[in-house]
Amino acid sequence: MARKEYSFYPGCSSERLTSASNYMVSVEAMCKKLDVKLNEIPDWNCCGASIGYAEGGELPRHVMNARNLAISEQANKGQDVVATCAACWLGAKETKDRLAEDSSLLAETNEALREAGMNLQYKGEQEVRHMVEVLIEDLGYDELKKPVVKSLEGIKFAGYVGCQTNRPFGIAGESFENPKYLDRLVEIVGGEPIEKYDQKVTCCGGALAFSEPEKSQAQIKKIIESAYDHGADMIVTPCPVCQMNVEVYQGQINKRYGTKFNIPVTYYSQLMAVAYGGSAKEAGLNGQIIRAHRLEEIAAKTAR
Amino acid sequence: MGDINTAMTEQYRNDFLKEVEANVEEGQWVKMCMQCGVCSGSCPLGPAWEHPPQEIFMMIRAGRRDEVLKSESMWMCTSCYNCIVRCPRELPITHIMHGLANYAHRLGLAPKMNPTRRFAKMFWKNLTKSGRVNEIQLSVGLYFMDGFKTGVARAWAMKDIGLGMLKTGRLNPLGFVNHKGCKDKNGIHKMLKKAREIEDRRKGFAA
Repeated sequence: MARKEYSFYPGCSSERLTSASNYMVSVEAMCKKLDVKLNEIPDWNCCGASIGYAEGGELPRHVMNARNLAISEQANKGQDVVATCAACWLGAKETKDRLAEDSSLLAETNEALREAGMNLQYKGEQEVRHMVEVLIEDLGYDELKKPVVKSLEGIKFAGYVGCQTNRPFGIAGESFENPKYLDRLVEIVGGEPIEKYDQKVTCCGGALAFSEPEKSQAQIKKIIESAYDHGADMIVTPCPVCQMNVEVYQGQINKRYGTKFNIPVTYYSQLMAVAYGGSAKEAGLNGQIIRAHRLEEIAAKTAR
Repeated sequence: MGDINTAMTEQYRNDFLKEVEANVEEGQWVKMCMQCGVCSGSCPLGPAWEHPPQEIFMMIRAGRRDEVLKSESMWMCTSCYNCIVRCPRELPITHIMHGLANYAHRLGLAPKMNPTRRFAKMFWKNLTKSGRVNEIQLSVGLYFMDGFKTGVARAWAMKDIGLGMLKTGRLNPLGFVNHKGCKDKNGIHKMLKKAREIEDRRKGFAA
């Protein structure tokens, strides 16, 4: 039996051949080393993400999230729900909070849920948590350090926390303006966190990167520029939207602003997968559009 | 939609605040705003808002219904939640902005060509179709939303990004034909139909 088990909500962007499939690959490798078992919620659906409100409104959005939570209550009894995606976590947690404080919304939600298959009823029995919370709170930094067999020594990381892993819920004990946990995770794997990175909670534009590209790219430019200014070798983030926005638009930003950005943007789980002895493939490093060469080199070395 | 707008205007004559409290998500909080402006100063796209949140709150209370609901402002929200965590009165500002945008959209008053409104509509349709987002359909749909010619130009401008995603295994080139989504699509559709019916009844949208 695994040390810890969770009811896992992977989310749309973590599926095979989707934008954060490299995140998922590295999470699997990381959890295997940590002896953490993720039991996928059967037939989970999309959370509605950050722009679902416009067409979806209030109740349909909550019903989507309640369906996942109700299936989880049935299938993965007694386990906390854990999400790796910031938006999935936020959407599910927001629904849980709202249904807990509004009994008429809860009744309406269950009325709609009855229309779905599987005889579902949402009871609100399980906590909704982010993978980072599970790592820090259930395992703790000391335990996270134990499986490290390779140090990421000499690599400077700008810890880009972004928005939705940080606000409105955030990680307990961390400030909204200057959360430190990502820097601590970097330290654990032997990397050098840039403590003074001043854009760590700046918004990348989120979904507006698609609909308002100029405005979003101005945000992304600030995030990358500050990483360079502080001497970062790469950026690390816990959020799939942050990762994608900050990585893939660098070419367009270079054209727009005459910059020469070419900085890898990785996930915390990729750093851990490499430090825990995983190969580049197991760490999902083949999923980087801007290759993280220094991580690949460490992954290729034999562990000490 | 026009009829619903007329009905709402009749019902809440001269009291836009009451209308917002009744029909907009978290609208009951609007009266709590003390006009400090922290939300407006904290918004990453602040300068792009014709009327930043603080102003929107005052305009609601001043009954400037059309100016609020027809505004592009709320569509600038990136859902970063900075305003929520900084508001000294703890107003759920992000949700109120989402609620106003949704309400304006449902009344048919939201700016027709606003790109975020159009993308959001496409996004919801995309995710509810199979229960899960189909990323290639979503991005191609976005490029081609203004017709074939602009679509080709936009897709061309995005080709490096698209190729990068394909090469690294982060985009499914066959997503148009083999996107699986949820098994219980039917159940999800029925559930969402019911949810919409209930919400429309509660908010007075039902015909």
